[in-house]
Amino acid sequence: MSQVLFFIAAIGVITGAVGVVVLRNPFYAVLALVGHLLSLAVLFLLLRAEFVAAIQVVIYAGAVMVLYVFVVAYVGEESESLGDRLRNPGAVGSQLRLGGAILAGALLVELLIALLGTGLEAINGKGAGYNPGPEAFGTPAYIGKLLLTRFLLAFEVASFLLLIAAVGGVVLARRRHGVEEDDEQDVLTPMNLLRPRSTGTMAEGVGKR
Amino acid sequence: MSIAWYLAVSAIVFSLGAIGVITRRNPLVVLLCLELMLNGGNLALIAFSRMWGNGDGQILAIVVMTVAACEVCIGLGMIVALYRRHLPIDVDELRELQG
Repeated sequence: MSQVLFFIAAIGVITGAVGVVVLRNPFYAVLALVGHLLSLAVLFLLLRAEFVAAIQVVIYAGAVMVLYVFVVAYVGEESESLGDRLRNPGAVGSQLRLGGAILAGALLVELLIALLGTGLEAINGKGAGYNPGPEAFGTPAYIGKLLLTRFLLAFEVASFLLLIAAVGGVVLARRRHGVEEDDEQDVLTPMNLLRPRSTGTMAEGVGKR
Repeated sequence: MSIAWYLAVSAIVFSLGAIGVITRRNPLVVLLCLELMLNGGNLALIAFSRMWGNGDGQILAIVVMTVAACEVCIGLGMIVALYRRHLPIDVDELRELQG
């Protein structure tokens, strides 16, 4: 049973990945990535990583992909595909592009040799023993205990990284002065008198200062 | 299934992501392919975690997911900024790292 499930999920993972690389329309590439992530969550479940599988579905396939869909819809779809690029390459770096694909193929061979030829005995086994229970390997209780004891520093650093990324995202995506001309008259409100310009508020983000 | 099968799948996903990062021109798709590479790494981490029977690999996979979320946030912010400035959304034509 688990073998059948493994092969179905692995085929889903690999076809999703091929779809992301090959598909012409970025919107369909995002959808292919969602399929890839869902199949990957099945693989995680087979490896008894239940909590990681759950956050993979909820956060990755849910939240992050919604962000992608928003930006694809905002920027618009510029169609180009791998086949087009290889058949009718542009002016810049076209020879390097085919070389890049060959390089990635060589990377695959090297990775397979490195991973499968490690000489680790356990690599051909089914993994360590597993005792089902409320705090077994991979459950939220187990992960939570590890995160708040042994890996507390990593947990805090990750939270700080998220804060930096949130600030960086706001700074990058806000509307800058001088880039676009102001065609709207400033409305005189008490907030506008008190507040300096270009402070990155949501009102500026949508063009209403 | 033995752990080796999972590692083979992770190597294939990583290499497919590498092909995409090198060959695609749309920065959105480049970011998607970067996600593929991170996911290949995640699968290997979780497979090794299962092999040894301790949770360190799973914690590292969660940290990798956090880093991926940050990368998406910054990368998509940059793409939106490019679009606002009417620059081409094409990594071949964006060759100058000037302000």
